[in-house]
Amino acid sequence: MLGRHSDLPLKGDATSRFLPWLVALMTFLAAVAVAGVFALGGLIARWDHDVSGTLTVQVEPVAGENGDALTEERVRDAVDLMRRVPGVTAAHALDKTQTLALLEPWLGSTEVVRDLPLPRLIDVTVDPNRVVDLAEVSDVLARKVPGASLDDHRVWLSRLINLSRTIEWLAIGIVALIGTVTSATVVYATRTGLAVHHGLIEVLHLIGAQDDYIARQFADRAFALAFAGGLLGLGMAVPALTAIGWAAHRLEGGFLPQLSLPLTGFVAIGLLPLGAAVLAMVTARLTVHAALARLP
Amino acid sequence: MRHRARGEHIIRFDSVGLRYGLGPEVLQDITFKLPAGSFHFLTGASGAGKSSLLRLMYLGLRPTRGRVVMFDKDIAQTRRYELPALRRRIGVVFQDFRLLDHLSALDNVALPLRVRGVKESEVQKHVPELLSWVGLADHLKAKPSTLSGGQKQRVAIARAVIGRPDLLVADEPTGNVDDHIAMRLMYLFEELNKLGTTIVIATHNQALVGRFDHPRLHIEHGMVAKVE
Ligand SMILES: Nc1ncnc2c1ncn2[C@@H]1O[C@H](COP(=O)(O)OP(=O)(O)OP(=O)(O)O)[C@@H](O)[C@H]1O
Ligand SMILES: [Mg+2]
Repeated sequence: MLGRHSDLPLKGDATSRFLPWLVALMTFLAAVAVAGVFALGGLIARWDHDVSGTLTVQVEPVAGENGDALTEERVRDAVDLMRRVPGVTAAHALDKTQTLALLEPWLGSTEVVRDLPLPRLIDVTVDPNRVVDLAEVSDVLARKVPGASLDDHRVWLSRLINLSRTIEWLAIGIVALIGTVTSATVVYATRTGLAVHHGLIEVLHLIGAQDDYIARQFADRAFALAFAGGLLGLGMAVPALTAIGWAAHRLEGGFLPQLSLPLTGFVAIGLLPLGAAVLAMVTARLTVHAALARLP
Repeated sequence: MRHRARGEHIIRFDSVGLRYGLGPEVLQDITFKLPAGSFHFLTGASGAGKSSLLRLMYLGLRPTRGRVVMFDKDIAQTRRYELPALRRRIGVVFQDFRLLDHLSALDNVALPLRVRGVKESEVQKHVPELLSWVGLADHLKAKPSTLSGGQKQRVAIARAVIGRPDLLVADEPTGNVDDHIAMRLMYLFEELNKLGTTIVIATHNQALVGRFDHPRLHIEHGMVAKVE
């Protein structure tokens, strides 16, 4: 591809000077964004795993006369509500004896605590293959059943997952935007080249060159320039990402679980130069075809 | 060599008109036919429209009205992707040569072959052969900017004929050379014509036209009069 024959003096164009640098910068930014997507993806998967499985709903006991009956009614409401949540496979209330049994290791003699106003617990089983928006469930629960609440830690994790998902989409959007900007630049550079070499292109056209014969020369050139720029950008991104990873590693032990890039992430980043080159090649080719379609 | 019966018409123009943009009609009501294997001079005053008429013949322009039929194909009805194949049957010597300045004489002449995807070994065999034939054996690697006007013209002619075209269209091919070279080039065209190539040469060199016994297409007031 790189050694293919070319009749047009594209090597001397101004494009040769700026396009690789631009693609290098774009590849660098894309690499950071892609690393972000994969690292967040890994984090979300781990958190999701922590959140899935079983949950616990607590219902505060109601004091006073009729308190037990009222509490019982709220527990029933909470169980009904939880069973209706998509992704919840089972929900059942632990009765007082079961609750006391759970507490026995800590509180010892059950006779003494039997009369304490203990919160009632509901065991909820969640389909591990489904993502349940716990933050949402928690809100509904608090609104519909007074005194009921969902496991705090999990709700907080669930909120964090939602936030991370948003950031993940944002990063994907940024990668798409980078691709668009790169493409637009290649269109501009190609049009400039077409204008500069208009006379030569017309001669080739009149000699009987197919449009693609001319388009291919621009496409090959765009591929080579973008690939060189992509490699340069990758060369800048690798040390930068390594530094970020190292810094995150030192932070670890705090609330961030291991922030690491899976193998697919490395592969995706490694393929960025090729991706940029192919994008530039296809864009240049289409641009030339569109322009030549106007010749007689 | 391609199948080509003498006597069949290679070019047919029916009431062809041409205007550039919103300007006046440069050519109006052009009607003529050129049989395969014929040799015509195209004459007319400067600005009469000779180059414009040739441009229509080598498919460098589309007429604003009327019908152009080349090699029995109505150009208006022909799909875009079929046009390159037609253009490859036409060799063109442009009035201003239009050589590619960054390419050597050899690479310039090789263009029509490369565009067709001819093997490089064939290119390296035929192109130097033809360039020696037009007396440029010592200038294969020379860039056009280092060549004289007459040498450039010969490179341009070599480029026009390397693909063994069925039709050769030349715009003032003897404009920049002395009489001696002009005669040599004319004999080259005569030779090609004997091999079956249809030839149209635009010129206002009356002496040259007088020396050869070929019919003339004469343009005046945007119309063509055929002078035998
Ligand atoms: N690209 C163009 N745009 C607008 N007008 C043009 C263009 N080319 C030619 N013309 C006009 O068309 C007319 C015919 O021009 P043309 O070049 O065909 O004449 P010609 O017979 O070849 O002249 P010459 O003998 O000087 O080469 C002229 O009036 C010229 O001004
Ligand atoms: Mg002219």
